[in-house]
Amino acid sequence: MAGGLVYTAVDSTELSTAEYYGKALVELGEQHPDVVALTADLGKSTKIGEFMKRFPERFFNLGIAEQDMFGVAAGMARAGLVPFVSTFAQFASLRAGDQLSTDICYQNANVKVIATHAGTSFGQAGSTHHAISDLGVARSLPNLRVVVPADSFETVNAIRLAYDAPGPFYIRINRGFDHLLYPSSDYGFELGRAVTLHEGTDITVIACGSCAYQALTAAQFLKQADGLSVRVINMHTIKPLDADAVAQAVGETRRIVTVEDHNVIGGLGSAVAEAVAATGKGCAFKRLGIADHFAPIGLHEDILSIEGIDSNGIISAVREVMGADFEEDENWEDEV
Amino acid sequence: MPQDTGPATEPGTEPATEPGTPADAPKSVPVGTASGTGLGKREWLRLEAKADQLRRLTLDTTYWAGAGHIGGGMSVLDILTVIYHKHLNYKLDDPVWPDRDRVILSKGHAGIAYAPLLCDLGWNDPALLKTFNLTNSPMGMHLDAAKVVGVDASTGSLGHGLPIAAGTALAARVQGKDWWVYCVTGDGELNEGSCWEAFMAIAHYQLDHVITIVDRNKFMIDGATEEVMALGALADKLRAFGLNVIEAPGHSLPDLSAAIDAAKSHAGQPTAIIADTVKGAGIDFMEGDYVWHYGALDEAMHKRAQASLERYYGARRARAEAEGV
Repeated sequence: MAGGLVYTAVDSTELSTAEYYGKALVELGEQHPDVVALTADLGKSTKIGEFMKRFPERFFNLGIAEQDMFGVAAGMARAGLVPFVSTFAQFASLRAGDQLSTDICYQNANVKVIATHAGTSFGQAGSTHHAISDLGVARSLPNLRVVVPADSFETVNAIRLAYDAPGPFYIRINRGFDHLLYPSSDYGFELGRAVTLHEGTDITVIACGSCAYQALTAAQFLKQADGLSVRVINMHTIKPLDADAVAQAVGETRRIVTVEDHNVIGGLGSAVAEAVAATGKGCAFKRLGIADHFAPIGLHEDILSIEGIDSNGIISAVREVMGADFEEDENWEDEV
Repeated sequence: MPQDTGPATEPGTEPATEPGTPADAPKSVPVGTASGTGLGKREWLRLEAKADQLRRLTLDTTYWAGAGHIGGGMSVLDILTVIYHKHLNYKLDDPVWPDRDRVILSKGHAGIAYAPLLCDLGWNDPALLKTFNLTNSPMGMHLDAAKVVGVDASTGSLGHGLPIAAGTALAARVQGKDWWVYCVTGDGELNEGSCWEAFMAIAHYQLDHVITIVDRNKFMIDGATEEVMALGALADKLRAFGLNVIEAPGHSLPDLSAAIDAAKSHAGQPTAIIADTVKGAGIDFMEGDYVWHYGALDEAMHKRAQASLERYYGARRARAEAEGV
């Protein structure tokens, strides 16, 4: 276990996911005079400092007052601006959850919430700074689109899309660095359209955020070690969910594992379970996530391992679900 | 302020009002007002008539709805009347005119008084008042900006209006506009921490175009504000947060108007007006009785309240006749 709370650049030649967000925001600021950026004393942590330097007259630090910041953003949006509001996901969803619901979603205000330090990515800060319920909150709020980019390029795509699509967004990104899943940002990102990262016919792993890379690694390993054909879907949009991709996975692989850096209740797994149930078809199914408890303090990768949502945990779950007693034929007529 | 009827007023084209004279000056000069312009007699009487009409319509709406937040509706009504019929810059024929002044009714439960005002302006069908609170009506307890024309923010949950007002004023700054933002809050509402977060921001960003008006009726649902959760030295608290504070009698139209004039001429520092009001003002059996925060009226009570409002209007008109110039 690592020691104290230290910010370290893992690879100084690359930018962290949040820094890509910062870059994308500056780009938007250059193109659109109506873009403003708000933070609650986390300008440095959320990497929107570059926007502050470039556009000081369009940057607002509201101090450590998230409720006020979200109300301010709603007021700005109703008066014609496009606020990008950044704070930690835990505060965005819960501390200011009432304002997110009442001021932003109810009024369908054109506010883009960029919730950083998602899941357990601020691992050493402990449960006060882990966001494990935010997806459950966010996806149950009407008018809110919920996106969980899996890497820096997807983050840039989500930020650009959020500007182009009027209305509120909740975009959840990690603290620190994410493994890159795509060679560039040009891979055909679409809101509500899942991306297949790895083709497969035996079982489907549906993941989001940090866990997408873990799922991909697991699928590559299982192909070599077990000869399994594992489909990996990056479900970057939690709402609107790509129910077609889920239905296709049910029909074609009959076995699904979901994995997310979030409580198993309320997030991606719950959303996929709803979509599976709606197909009316049977499917072996397992949700991986934080098992409805508060996660320990530690490095993000250690927590992913402890909670069984890293590649090892996914490999075990896939093997378990492959061993589950479940019909594999294509005949749905004999299902009970 | 536009005419009650007729064409929309452009900014700066509203009819000039009679200049204030010493005789106009309210008996209790608002603290912090250098020189209140007050209201000329004719305009004072015009506003008294409008306030009376809106009080009666608010009472009727409560009766039609079966029940409503009439206590806080009556306490805030003079404030809303002075804002809309004296100070606010808007176009009657274009309620979403981008350069209009904004009103954020943070005490959203006063929708029972706000809806009649917004219908009276011609922006919503007055017949809708008879559907207030009914299933599928566009109008209910807390007004929805997407359904009621003229509502600048959907409020109801307390403690939300001030941050929205701050954001509205910051947006004006970014866009080089100079509209005014009137944020009308309750006093019990100020228990919410988010109000104080917003006061901090309003002062920090020197949002002098936000005029906060506190409807200080001194009661909340469970009783007196000072018993449930004391606000104590409210004016001092607001001053300590960096605001210019004006205290005004909240049912004296010239005082309220003078306070708003003073707020507007106080550049560089945002102003909060603490309007000393009476919950249920004008209805004798409701005045100062916190149980009328939300209450139901039967036909007999409705009649009694109407008679009380008539006497109330008579007394207020007499004061305007006697003191107005």
